[in-house]
Amino acid sequence: MMNSWHDRVQKPKKSRYRWLIYVALVVVYIWAFAGIPYHGIKETAGQISRAILTGIFSPDWDYVYLPDGEDLLRGLLDTLAISILGTVISTIVCVPFAFWAAINMSNSRWVSGSGKMVLSFIRTFPEIVMAILFIKAVGPGSFAGVLALGLHSVGMLGKLFADEVENMEHGPVEALIATGANRMQILWFAVIPQVLPGFLSYTLYRFEINVRSATILGVIGAGGIGTPLIFALSSRNWDRVGIILLGIIVMITIIDMISGAIRKKLV
Amino acid sequence: MIEINNVSKTYPGGTKGLNGINLSVAKGEFVVIVGLSGAGKSTLLRSINRLHDITEGDIVISGSSITKATGHQLRKIRRDIGMIFQSFNLVKRTTVLRNVLAGRVGYHSTLRTILGQFPKEDIELAFQALDRVNIVEKAYTRADQLSGGQQQRVAIARVLAQEAKIILADEPVASLDPLTTKQVMDDLKRINQELGITTIVNLHFIDLARQYATRIIGLRAGEVVFDGPVEQATDDVFAEIYGRPIQQDELLEEAAV
Amino acid sequence: MNTKVELRRPKAPSRFKHYLTAIILLLLLWGSAIQTESSFSELFHGLPNMLDLLREMFPPKWSYFDNIFDAMLETIRMALVGTTLGAIVAIPVALLCASNLTKRGLIYYPARFILNLIRTIPDLLLAAIFVAIFGLGPLPGIFALTVFSVGLIAKLTYEALETIDQGPIEAMTSVGANYVQVFLYGVIPQIQAHFASYVLYTFEINVRAAAILGLVGAGGIGHYYEITLGFLEYDKTSMIIIFTLVIVLIIDYISSKLREKLL
Repeated sequence: MMNSWHDRVQKPKKSRYRWLIYVALVVVYIWAFAGIPYHGIKETAGQISRAILTGIFSPDWDYVYLPDGEDLLRGLLDTLAISILGTVISTIVCVPFAFWAAINMSNSRWVSGSGKMVLSFIRTFPEIVMAILFIKAVGPGSFAGVLALGLHSVGMLGKLFADEVENMEHGPVEALIATGANRMQILWFAVIPQVLPGFLSYTLYRFEINVRSATILGVIGAGGIGTPLIFALSSRNWDRVGIILLGIIVMITIIDMISGAIRKKLV
Repeated sequence: MIEINNVSKTYPGGTKGLNGINLSVAKGEFVVIVGLSGAGKSTLLRSINRLHDITEGDIVISGSSITKATGHQLRKIRRDIGMIFQSFNLVKRTTVLRNVLAGRVGYHSTLRTILGQFPKEDIELAFQALDRVNIVEKAYTRADQLSGGQQQRVAIARVLAQEAKIILADEPVASLDPLTTKQVMDDLKRINQELGITTIVNLHFIDLARQYATRIIGLRAGEVVFDGPVEQATDDVFAEIYGRPIQQDELLEEAAV
Repeated sequence: MNTKVELRRPKAPSRFKHYLTAIILLLLLWGSAIQTESSFSELFHGLPNMLDLLREMFPPKWSYFDNIFDAMLETIRMALVGTTLGAIVAIPVALLCASNLTKRGLIYYPARFILNLIRTIPDLLLAAIFVAIFGLGPLPGIFALTVFSVGLIAKLTYEALETIDQGPIEAMTSVGANYVQVFLYGVIPQIQAHFASYVLYTFEINVRAAAILGLVGAGGIGHYYEITLGFLEYDKTSMIIIFTLVIVLIIDYISSKLREKLL
């Protein structure tokens, strides 16, 4: 009778296709890792990394402020300005999109569905590619960056805003209908007060992301601190690379802290 | 004041919500509608200000048909009908005063209300309404910082500021404890008597219905099975409305113990 | 009755704070507009140029597909390898950052600080730096994605770790398990589904990122943007964009289905 539990307890059946998934994973990984060229690393790699690290720890302080312009502070200020304007533009533009995409703001699933499609289409369009297009329209410079961030952020903000609208309580809307309010008044007195804190919080969150994005726009000539960084990298001015990286890290850390503190207060 | 003529409502699935209802409510009455949940109490109440559309019949408010009204005309009729909800339906993140002023928006142009330019008289009216329900000192407090009973009183103030001639209250005390229930029902009754506002209340508790109503309407499966002054509503009548003897949890005093 | 109401009426709160916020915001906007030389008349005048550009992009040159197919495969490969390496490194980092597991402020505060520093640098900048260090090719791109993935996965994971139920950990400790055993039986079962979901989410982001890393020479399909735009072959550019969109949408779809199943 020692093994009596054997008869009573059945082993749970493992999914029959489980091994298939494992095999597929292994094949994908072999394909991925085998396809990488592991050669061609520059012999100077270690030396350069060391140079950049030394650059960060003993930066080119003179570059922080140069009287004749093109210095770190102005580059960072430009980056900040691009992200502020880009965020504000996208916030304004995305509100109608959000109401279009929110299911509880329209009568038909098709309307909100199409709104969501448009938003996810905008979202998949990388901002750097948008910046390339805007450079064609307004020429290279910060304004192209502003427009690219402004348009690209609409995709994500619009979706977050739409979620916020979908999650609001319907009760106050009903109460306003019962008082004889028209659509605009319902929107203003029952919907906006409910969603506004969420909207502001998401806007700040997107601003944090946009500051990061704004630092890379310079790579293709759309303004900000990215341009001098690319120049410093290609001219092997490692001290300057160091100070620019340091500047970016400090700026973003401060902005994250401020924005995070405000967001905590909002909710 | 309110004429409900042969009203029926069929839901898209084919279920009958209301079936051939004929009622007439005079000015100043305090009507309580009772019935099991699902009997159509809420549907009937929401048909009166057309938060729900009916499929047959006609509802006439002070001589004009709300069933046929559209757009501006519909909003104008709704302006005269205040509604109080089980879950209060305040905007929680805004101040009490602004919630009360929301009751005034039907009187003004869109632009004016959006700019927040309520006339002095409106603000006076809002404060008086808050005073009437004894909550004026909370005017600038955010609504979500009030207790349930206080929130419901703000909702009543909103209806008062609206200068409604009719008040519809859909289970106004279902989310409240017995003590605040009494306060809120007292407020409603006082307003009904002092201002002569016609009041229709949906209630679950039978003893409350008896205590406050001048007239009781019993609904069962979407049909009116009793309609008469409160004196005629005996225990047998309630048993008839509910289709079974009265149970403990239908009495507030019993349920509270 | 009116006088009584007047007496009990509370004073309206001051609006000074709101006005101040509005003024600061407007000043910020105004300053930003000057700094970036933004002018909407410029946008208005430039719009025809952009429409011309869009017109040249259509119809896309479908035959270009053959040229960029391999680059697209490389892009996916980069994202896959970068995400995987990042996920592996992220595990110990996340454990160090979780206050309920490390229990020592001396460890988790510095760990979080370093993690936040890593997260400040965007992937494209990392790639540019790694290209300067290692030379052109997909390898610096993979390293950039790895570092970026560590930042994201470790942050999401340590935040999830801090919300796990302490009960199983106490139970394992009470049966005499050592650190590794507590981790294996008390922590992993609670966190593995979340972790897998975060990895998939990071993979989605990395596919998008990998598609543009080529702009700084870090491999993948992004390189072809430079080529086609440089030669003003916009119909080819639009083909790249469309191809990338399709791949991204497919991967997003598969990944989000998998994530739904996990949680």
